[in-house]
Amino acid sequence: MHDTQHMPRPPARDWTVIAVMMLLAALVVASFASLPLKWRDFFTLDAVNSAAELLAGFAPPETATPFLVKTAWATLETMSMSALGTLLAVVAGLALALPASGRLGQAPRAAVRALLNVLRSIPELVWASILLIAAGLGPFGGTLALAAHTAGVLGRLFADSLENAPPGPEATLRTNGASAAAAFLYATLPQTLPQMLSYTLYRWENNIRAAAILGVVGAGGLGQMLKYHLSLFQMQQAATVIIAMLVLVALVDAISYALRRALTR
Amino acid sequence: MHRPMSARSSTQLAAQSAARLAAQLPAHLHRDPAWRGRIMACLLTVFIVWPMLVLSEFKPWILWDWQSLSATGRFLSDFLVPAHDPEFLQLLLRETWQTVAIATAGLALAMVVAIPATLIITDRLSISALGTGRTRLPARLLRQGVRWLLIVLRSVPELVWALLFVRIIGFGPTAGVLAIALTYCGMLGKVYAEILESSDTHSTDTLLANGSSRLAALLYGALPESASELMSYTVYRWECAIRGSVVMGFVGAGGLGQRMDESMKMLAGAEVSSMLLVFVLLVALADLFSKILRRRLG
Repeated sequence: MHDTQHMPRPPARDWTVIAVMMLLAALVVASFASLPLKWRDFFTLDAVNSAAELLAGFAPPETATPFLVKTAWATLETMSMSALGTLLAVVAGLALALPASGRLGQAPRAAVRALLNVLRSIPELVWASILLIAAGLGPFGGTLALAAHTAGVLGRLFADSLENAPPGPEATLRTNGASAAAAFLYATLPQTLPQMLSYTLYRWENNIRAAAILGVVGAGGLGQMLKYHLSLFQMQQAATVIIAMLVLVALVDAISYALRRALTR
Repeated sequence: MHRPMSARSSTQLAAQSAARLAAQLPAHLHRDPAWRGRIMACLLTVFIVWPMLVLSEFKPWILWDWQSLSATGRFLSDFLVPAHDPEFLQLLLRETWQTVAIATAGLALAMVVAIPATLIITDRLSISALGTGRTRLPARLLRQGVRWLLIVLRSVPELVWALLFVRIIGFGPTAGVLAIALTYCGMLGKVYAEILESSDTHSTDTLLANGSSRLAALLYGALPESASELMSYTVYRWECAIRGSVVMGFVGAGGLGQRMDESMKMLAGAEVSSMLLVFVLLVALADLFSKILRRRLG
């Protein structure tokens, strides 16, 4: 007996996997080939010098007290945009989740789910630039944009958790003569509330990050300051704003990490 | 004998006072036992929400202002018939491909840097950690340094990177590709290392302890176990990169976003509406494609 006969046979090659990999490689090559990338401009001595000059302009960050106060107000503005946007999204999401969870029949369920998909698939920044036409420049448009996108996300999540809640308690109340509203408020809502709350907090965390940069299309907060100072080539001020953004995001990350640790322990 | 009597009389008293209170209310309603807490909660909410309303300039009535209503109305009425002349559709197709290409090229560049970075920072392939569980000091310093570099790369939002690169290189897709490459390099490196470290250590440890090279330990020990997870995370990130590249277009980094921004500024509702349609379709397609890929390769 030859030794190799004791070895297990190697698994058969899956040609579809190889084909998919080739397809992906072709996609990457086509992407690089079709883009008018300016690597040459980027790596010439001239470009490197101008980039270095620009980067050197960032140091030192502006630390004059009035500017720091201004940055702090913009940070607060960012925070309140994110909080209000999330709050509005919770209200709208809950209102949309009721039909989207199939409580009013199949046709409204499909229609509202389609609406939620559209709300969700347009990013906050695109919403902001659309809503600025109606709401004008400033944080109000940004708040509405956050609310629009988040309502799509939360509406879908809320509807799913309403659908997944065990139907027993509500059915019991209904058969015992409670009204539909009372049965929902005292049976299904309390069951799903913790989950909804955790979704909301998670989205709020995301929205703080999003609100920090929404301003680059003119929707208030830190982003608007960053765009303003960068477009005037005031690099030191821009550096301060970027640092404020990083601190805000790091702070939110740390708090949510600590909260999660405390709650799941 | 005394105690139960008094207890009963106090329950009787309580019942009497409850009946008196209930008499003031309509017959089928009970007094809310938690009303104090509810009122306090309402007041607190007002005290917290009010400054936020002021700070974010929350003035919904300006939406119903005549001037803004008419501008919005004109813009939205254009939405009903999306722009569809052949020339515009051709432009749209070109820009959509550019968006996908920016995302793909950016992610490919990010992987080129993220994979070596992963191999550096993961503890799984350390020979000095065998048995002792501790790595040597220079190695530990190198790992920590690369970790910090990745943290910096991913904590600056991609939009801010794009803004900076647009300042340095000028408008166009190069800025978008670089911005995606830098941000996603930080994310991919961190998550790849986490995936490798969360898998079972037994196989790589055995291979390394029996004298195999690190590359062999990676290829035959760590990768087979976590390849599908690595793949599906990468595909998910590609999907995110497509969304990100549209958004970055708004600061001038090329693709669909840049055209959308231009049409938006000209209040060309018809063009914006067809671009939004294409964008929603693109995201749905990327979603579908990534689902298929994950099933095939996962």
